[in-house]
Amino acid sequence: MARVLVGVKRVIDYAVKIRVKPDKSGVVTEGVKHSMNPFDEIAVEEAVRMKEKKLAAEVIAVSCGPTQAQETLRTALAMGVDKAIHVEVTGKDLDTLQPIHVSKILAKLAQDEKADLVIVGKQAIDDDCNQTAQMTAALLDWPQGTFASKIEKGDGILTIVREIDGGLETVKVKTPAVLSADLRLNEPRYATLPNIMKAKKKPLKKLTPKDLGVEIKAHQEVVSVEDPPVRQAGSIVPDVDTLAAKLKEGGFA
Amino acid sequence: MAAAVRLLLADPASQMLRLAKRFSSTTAKITTHYTVVPRDNDPRWKDVNMERFEDQADVVIVGGGPAGLSAAIRLKQLADTNGKEMRICVVEKASEMGGHTLSGACIETRALDELIPDWKDKGCPLTTPVKEDKFALLTESGRIPIPILPGMPMYNHGNYVVRLGHLVKWLGEQAEGMGIELYPGYAASEVLYHEDGSVKGIATNDVGIAKDGSPKEVFERGMELHAKCTIFAEGCHGHLTKQLANKFNLRDKAEPQSYGIGLKEVWEIDPAKHSPGRVEHTVGWPLDKNTYGGSFLYHLNEDTPLVAVGFVVALDYTNPYLSPFREFQRFKTHPSVRSTFEGGKRIAYGARALNEGGYQAIPKLTFPGGCLIGCTAGFLNVPKIKGTHTAMKSGMLAAESAYEIVADENTPTDKGLEPVKYEEALRNSYVFQELYSARNVRPSFHTKLGLYGGLMYTGLFYLIARGKEPWTLSHGGADHTKLKPAKDCKPIEYPKADGKISFDLLESVALTGTNHEGDQPAHLTLLNDDQPVNHNLAIYDGPEGRFCPAGVYEYVPLEEGDGMRLQINAQNCIHCKTCDIKDPGQNINWVVPEGGGGPAYNGM
Repeated sequence: MARVLVGVKRVIDYAVKIRVKPDKSGVVTEGVKHSMNPFDEIAVEEAVRMKEKKLAAEVIAVSCGPTQAQETLRTALAMGVDKAIHVEVTGKDLDTLQPIHVSKILAKLAQDEKADLVIVGKQAIDDDCNQTAQMTAALLDWPQGTFASKIEKGDGILTIVREIDGGLETVKVKTPAVLSADLRLNEPRYATLPNIMKAKKKPLKKLTPKDLGVEIKAHQEVVSVEDPPVRQAGSIVPDVDTLAAKLKEGGFA
Repeated sequence: MAAAVRLLLADPASQMLRLAKRFSSTTAKITTHYTVVPRDNDPRWKDVNMERFEDQADVVIVGGGPAGLSAAIRLKQLADTNGKEMRICVVEKASEMGGHTLSGACIETRALDELIPDWKDKGCPLTTPVKEDKFALLTESGRIPIPILPGMPMYNHGNYVVRLGHLVKWLGEQAEGMGIELYPGYAASEVLYHEDGSVKGIATNDVGIAKDGSPKEVFERGMELHAKCTIFAEGCHGHLTKQLANKFNLRDKAEPQSYGIGLKEVWEIDPAKHSPGRVEHTVGWPLDKNTYGGSFLYHLNEDTPLVAVGFVVALDYTNPYLSPFREFQRFKTHPSVRSTFEGGKRIAYGARALNEGGYQAIPKLTFPGGCLIGCTAGFLNVPKIKGTHTAMKSGMLAAESAYEIVADENTPTDKGLEPVKYEEALRNSYVFQELYSARNVRPSFHTKLGLYGGLMYTGLFYLIARGKEPWTLSHGGADHTKLKPAKDCKPIEYPKADGKISFDLLESVALTGTNHEGDQPAHLTLLNDDQPVNHNLAIYDGPEGRFCPAGVYEYVPLEEGDGMRLQINAQNCIHCKTCDIKDPGQNINWVVPEGGGGPAYNGM
């Protein structure tokens, strides 16, 4: 039976209004409501369902981030994950942390934990990078099934239905593999209170990137973060001629 | 069954009326929540397993605000000092501690000093001592300063301006560090009872019910948390407290509670205009002399030049055309106020009901199996505009009484324990002293002289007699009975939002970060679905569309034919409880939605 590694990220809750810091170095996160990345919830749900169908033997959740990432891991444990690993990244390293580092961490953990499957959400709702699954697969030299909206397990093979721009694409990948979860893969269960209580007793291991031989090296520098430009009011024109004239005026025609 | 039980809990006088209302069929079908449409005989629920997981604690506290956390911490302190094991669980509907907390706030540290004397060393976020205290009466274009002298209730020397949500978060961290179990994101939705009628504990909300009331694939029952003593700290107008007050007749000897709605914004202002520690209060404009309310403006001492500004409107207002939100927005445009906000940026908005009934409205506080603490009982000192220290103190006193009975191994285990000593301890404490001496200030506004009568009374009697006058004035009935029919009132011309200092409602609601799982029954339940159009709209022109600070209630035209229907945008709700308080027919019953939903306040 497969051993599954699930990556989860703690992000600003999707309903909160984002505010750019006055010094334009980033967005305000202090005291702001955070929750598990919605696509990662779907990934956790899929892994737990595999365990319930006896397709997976053990599910391990991983999160890279500050101390509060442990809250996100507890939610995963409450959803049915067996054990959790918190890779602690704080301070300046946290600002520098990028998918490339997370991929290196996941790849190392996949090897250490002898995982057969790595599942992550397709992208995080804060950076929208959509890179971690793909880079982790490349580092491990494993096949990848991204944007999965359906996963079927065969003998050493997974049949994945992928949501792509043109429609749906079905691929077969050999395990071990890396998958990324898309919206329609499943509807995640609630983390109920009895399970939250039980989750406190499940193992949660703490590591640092250094323990895994990963250096959080800056590959890029964020120069500035700004609000999107304020939408200009439109104007209603009385007829087509005026419209044509305005377009020519604006250099659009 | 559930519906019948609910009806039995209603005030006996209107019990028959409600029975008739509920079982008569309605043309409109709005409410799908199981507290109004029971699941017992619902075919969609026939095969669903309704068993709940049960767990036992020593004390369960409903609500993780200042009162609830103070009670938890005090209990643990007593347990630790006496070398006793005690399992204390706090359930909190917000997803994070402090997430639903909203207050001015300018607090007295009296209770905090008693609870955690070394709060400063422990990093408590009290960084803004009051430096300057101003009070004024506003007219449409002018401002008349009123001096604040020591001895006046609003004299704030020695107090702190605080972002209460951050204080609550810090209290939560202290509590967790002591081994108290905190469960944010889980709402107590039902009170459980022993066979003898004493409180056995609470059950948390079910999850995974669809908007139409049917079970979804992800449906899961809430769990039952049983306790020897259950402490209710739900904040102003708690929904479980409402049920308990009816069941145990807690309000028999008290006046109905009287409320206000407090709306608040946090702004980043021009540093040149910022004066950390400045506290300003006004009364008068834009409210007329017969509508009680006023503003607060507090300059915080934080990394950025922040101010907390807000407006309170008492909910015994009579004009159904009044919109507390728009009064607040209008207030900011006053010539003596607007300059503070020019060049600034609004970064937060929220609202919450607060209690103003004071001494006259304090219910019986204990009942078999538990007690009420904090604002859900109602200990806010109106002339001081402070309720945090009294809430915390009430939590601490309840904890002391509860500890005694829970730690005693000889108490019976098949019934809930009543912390009877709590009420007496509270009566002998500064909480009651303060509330007693301030008891006549708020009702003194009820004469024809309105605001001026109130100010005169406060000036004469409060300062001279300090509440020792032998009479106790009455509030004159519940807030929802005070609304006049629309035909007897004039609509109010509010100015349009300018987008710089004043804003429109929906833009403001977006700043609360509020959200709820969309596919769940609306938690703003109506006992009768036809009443909004037939009563609220017909007689009062739909006041809920104006008093709700989150745009939950909208009267929209019917898709076919003439007429209107009530649309409930439950996802906007910011859990302020104003609708449950002010609805003229008391038809709206706020129940708790799935835990974790609601506003996402950060240091409000």
